[in-house]
Amino acid sequence: MAEIEATTGGTLALALPFIAAALAPILRRLMGAHAAWILALAPALAFALLFGFVPTVSAGGVVQFGYDWIPAFDVRFSFRIDGLASTFGLLITGIGTLIVLYSGGYLKGHRDQGRFFSFILMFMGSMLGLVLADDLMTLFVYWELTSITSFLLIGFDHEREKARRGAIQALAITGGGGLALLAGFILIREVAGLNSMSEMLAAGDALRDSPYYLPIFVLVLCGAFTKSAQMPFHVWLPNAMEAPTPVSAYLHSATMVKAGVYLLLRTQPALGDTALWTTVLPLFGSVTLVLGALLAVRATDIKITLAYTTVASLGLLVMLIGVSTETALIGAVLYLIAHSLFKGGLFMVAGSVDHGAHTREIGQLGGLARPMPITFAAALLCALSMGGITPFVGFLAKEEIYHALEYGDVYHIALMAAAILGNALMFAAAFIVALKPFVGRLPETIHHPHEGGFTIWFGPLLLGVLGLVGALFYETYHALFSVPMASAAIGSPAEIEIGWIPHLNLAFALSMATIVLGIAIYLASDAIRAATSGFLAAVGWGPDHGFDQAMRGLLRFSFFVTGRLQSGRLDYYMTVTVVVIAAALFVPMILGGALPVEPQMPELRFHEWIVIALILVGILAVVVAKNRLTAIVSLGIQGFGVALIFMVLGAPDLSFTQFMVETLSVVILALVMTRLKLSPADHRPLREKLPDALIAVVGGAGFGLFLLSIVQRPFDPVLSDFFERYSYAIAHGKNVVNVILVDFRGVDTMGEIAVVMTTGLAILALIRVRVGRNARTAADPTETTP
Amino acid sequence: MRTIIFRFTAPYLTALMVLFSIFVLLRGHNEPGGGFIGGLIAASALAIYGIACGVVAVRRSLHFHPMSISAAGLFLAVVAGLLSLPVGSQFMTGLWVFPTVFGTELALSTPLIFDIGVYLVVVGSISSIALALEERESD
Repeated sequence: MAEIEATTGGTLALALPFIAAALAPILRRLMGAHAAWILALAPALAFALLFGFVPTVSAGGVVQFGYDWIPAFDVRFSFRIDGLASTFGLLITGIGTLIVLYSGGYLKGHRDQGRFFSFILMFMGSMLGLVLADDLMTLFVYWELTSITSFLLIGFDHEREKARRGAIQALAITGGGGLALLAGFILIREVAGLNSMSEMLAAGDALRDSPYYLPIFVLVLCGAFTKSAQMPFHVWLPNAMEAPTPVSAYLHSATMVKAGVYLLLRTQPALGDTALWTTVLPLFGSVTLVLGALLAVRATDIKITLAYTTVASLGLLVMLIGVSTETALIGAVLYLIAHSLFKGGLFMVAGSVDHGAHTREIGQLGGLARPMPITFAAALLCALSMGGITPFVGFLAKEEIYHALEYGDVYHIALMAAAILGNALMFAAAFIVALKPFVGRLPETIHHPHEGGFTIWFGPLLLGVLGLVGALFYETYHALFSVPMASAAIGSPAEIEIGWIPHLNLAFALSMATIVLGIAIYLASDAIRAATSGFLAAVGWGPDHGFDQAMRGLLRFSFFVTGRLQSGRLDYYMTVTVVVIAAALFVPMILGGALPVEPQMPELRFHEWIVIALILVGILAVVVAKNRLTAIVSLGIQGFGVALIFMVLGAPDLSFTQFMVETLSVVILALVMTRLKLSPADHRPLREKLPDALIAVVGGAGFGLFLLSIVQRPFDPVLSDFFERYSYAIAHGKNVVNVILVDFRGVDTMGEIAVVMTTGLAILALIRVRVGRNARTAADPTETTP
Repeated sequence: MRTIIFRFTAPYLTALMVLFSIFVLLRGHNEPGGGFIGGLIAASALAIYGIACGVVAVRRSLHFHPMSISAAGLFLAVVAGLLSLPVGSQFMTGLWVFPTVFGTELALSTPLIFDIGVYLVVVGSISSIALALEERESD
C-alpha cells in the first residue's frame, strides 16, 4: 500500500513542474504577471509531496518506485528517494517556488514572460528528476535535460550576442561533460553490470576493484566537473550571468551547478575512498576554491562577483568530498544546504539592486540602504550566513569544515590553508555585494531607486531568515535535512551535533582568523582588484579565451574537412563513390576468399539470346554515342533488356517495375541534361577518359562478381516457403511480392515512402535554388499552385 | 515534341494510363501490380501530359500541388497502420472486411489503404520532380 502511495506521490511531484510548464504560456496570456501565483503552486505542491517522504527518509528508509522503460536492456525509468535526494528535492522545489514568484515581479511586463516561466519550470522538473533518478540512463536523460533547459534560459535574451555566446558555451561544456558521463555510465553497466544508483551503492568494492576503475573515474569526473564548474571548466558559469537574475539565482547557484556535487556525493560510497579520489578531487577543488574566490573579489559587476563565489563554493564542496572522511562529508552537506540558501538569496538581492538602481557595477552603487531597506536586510542576513558568522547556518558549515581538516599532516594543512584563504576571500566578496551598494552616499547617476514589490523582496528575505532560523533551531534542522543527507552520502548513519553556540577550540579560532582576514581583504578590495586585474591583463590568456580558440579551431577544422570532402564537383563525387563501392565489394571478397567460381554457361533459348544481344547493343551504344542524349536513351535500351529478362524468368512484378523505372529515369535524366547547358558531348582527350573508364569497369565488375558469388551460395528457402505458405492464409493476398510490401514488411515500406517523399522535397528545393538564382524576377509558377 | 498529333492524343493516353495505373494498384494484392508500380505508371502518364501540353495544364488538372498529394499519401499510409491500434492489435496489423456490394464480395483492408498511400506518395514525389524540371525548359 505504502509503495503505491510512494509511486503516485513521487510521480506526481516529478510531473508537476512539467505540467505547469505546459500551462505557463496560456496562464501568462490570461492573467499577466499574476500567473506566477498559480504557477508557484506546482513547485509548492511538489515540495509538500516530497516533505511527506521526510519521516521515512530521516528514519533511514529509502523510497523507491519506477516503471519499465526498455526491458530488453534492463533500462528502467526508476527513482530513489533517500536522504540525499530528499534534501536536494526540497531545496529545488522550495527555492523554486520563491524563484517563480520572484520572476513574476522581476520580469513583469516582459514580452516573453510566459516562455520564461515555461523554461524555468521545465528546468525545475529536469533537476528534480536528476536528483531523484535511480536508473543510470534515467539520470543521464535528466542530466542532459538540465543542460538543455539551462541553454534556453541563459540565451533567453536571444537578441543579445553575449547571451547567445554564454548559452552556447554552457551547452558545449556541460553537454559535452554529460556525454562523458554517459560513456562512464555505459562502462559501469557493461563492466560491473550495475544499472542503477541503488545497485551501485549495494555493490561495495565492485567498481573500485574493477580494472576499468580509472576510465570510469575520469568519465564520471568529467561530467561532474563540467556541471559543477571546476577549473578550468568554470568559464561557462560567469558567462551564464547573461541570463535574467532569477535564472542565476536558481540554476547557477542553488541547483544546477550542484548537480555535479550531487553526483560526487552519490557515487562517493561506490567510487570514492581511493588514492585517486582523495588526490584528484581535493586538488581541483582547492585550486577552484582559491582562484574562484580571488576572481570574485576582482569582479566589478555584483552578479559576476557572486558567480565566482559560486565557483569557489563548488570548489570547496568538491575538495571536501575528495577528503571523504565522515566529518568532511558532513561539512560538505552542511555547506551545500547553507550555500543554496544564502547564495540564492544574494542573487535575488543583486537582481533587486539591478531592478531598483538599474546598474550592477560596484563602483556606481552606494547609499541604497535608505530607499531599499528590506533588500538591505535580506542582503545582510545572507551575507552573514555566507561569511560564516554565528548564529547562521553558514557558521555551522564552516566550523564542521575546519573540524574535518584539523590534522597535522601536509595534506590536511595545505587544504586547510586553501579553505581559510578561500573562505576569507568569500567573506569579503559577500560584503562587497551585500554592504557596499547600500552604504555611503547615493551617487547622482542613480535616479529614483526603489524597493520592488512583495514578490521581489519576499524570496531573498525568507531565504536569509531561514539561514538564521535553521541555525537557531539546529537540532530540528539537522534531523530534517542534514542528518538524512549526510547519512546517505556517507553510506551509514551520521551524527551531527554542531550548533550555533561557539565552543572555544581550534576550529573556532580558525573561524575568527578567517573573519579577520576577510575584513582585511574587504578593506583592501580595491587594491586587490587592481592587482589581480593587472596580473590577468599581463597573462593575457584565460580559459574563456581558450574556449573561443577551441571553437575557432573546430570551425577551421570542419571548414578544412568540408572543403576537402565537398569539392562541389559532380565528377569528383562520382569517382569517389564508385571507387569506395568497388573497394567495399572487392576487399571482403578477396580477403574472405569469396570470389565466385567460374559459372557454368546455361543453355539459352533463341529469344534469350536476342535479349542479351539487345542489352549488349544498348551498352555499346552508350559507350560510342556521339552526344549525351543518345547515350541516355541507349542506357534505357539496356534497362529494358534487363526488364525483358525478368519477364522471361517469370518475375512480372519486377519486370513491370523495371520498365517503369527505366522509362522515368530516361525522361528525368533527359530533362536534367537539357537544363544543365552542358556541351552535347564529352570533349576530353582519350587519356583523360581512360582512368574514368577503368574505374567504371572495376566498379561494374565488382557488382557482377558479387552477384555471382551470391547466386552460387546454396539457396535458403526458409523465407520464400514462409511467404508462400502464409501469404494467402493470413494476409489474404496471392501476390507474394505485394503482400510482403504492404503487409509482412509494411513498416519497411512506410520508411521507404517517407524517404521517397523527402528526396522529392529535397530535389524540388535544389531545383528552386537554381531557378531563384537565374530567374528571380520571373514569376515562378511552381510557387503559385492553385 | 509538341506536334498536333501528340498534343491531341496525349490527354486520352494520359487518361487511359491513369485508369490503368488505378487498375494495377487495385489488383495488386493478388495479381502482378501494386501501389508502387501503379504510382510509377501514373507518374509517367503525367510526364507525357506535361511534355505534350505544358506544365501549367498538368498543374491545373492535378488541382493540388504534387507534393501535397505525396504528403497525403504518407499520411494515409500511417493512418492505415494506426487503424489496428484501437482494435487492440499491434501497429500495422492488417484488418479485413468482406462486404457484399451489388452481389459481389469486396475485399477491403487496411493493407489496401496503405497501398493507396504508397501510390499517392510515388505519384506525387516523382511528378513534382518531373514537373519542376520540365518547367524550366519553357522559359
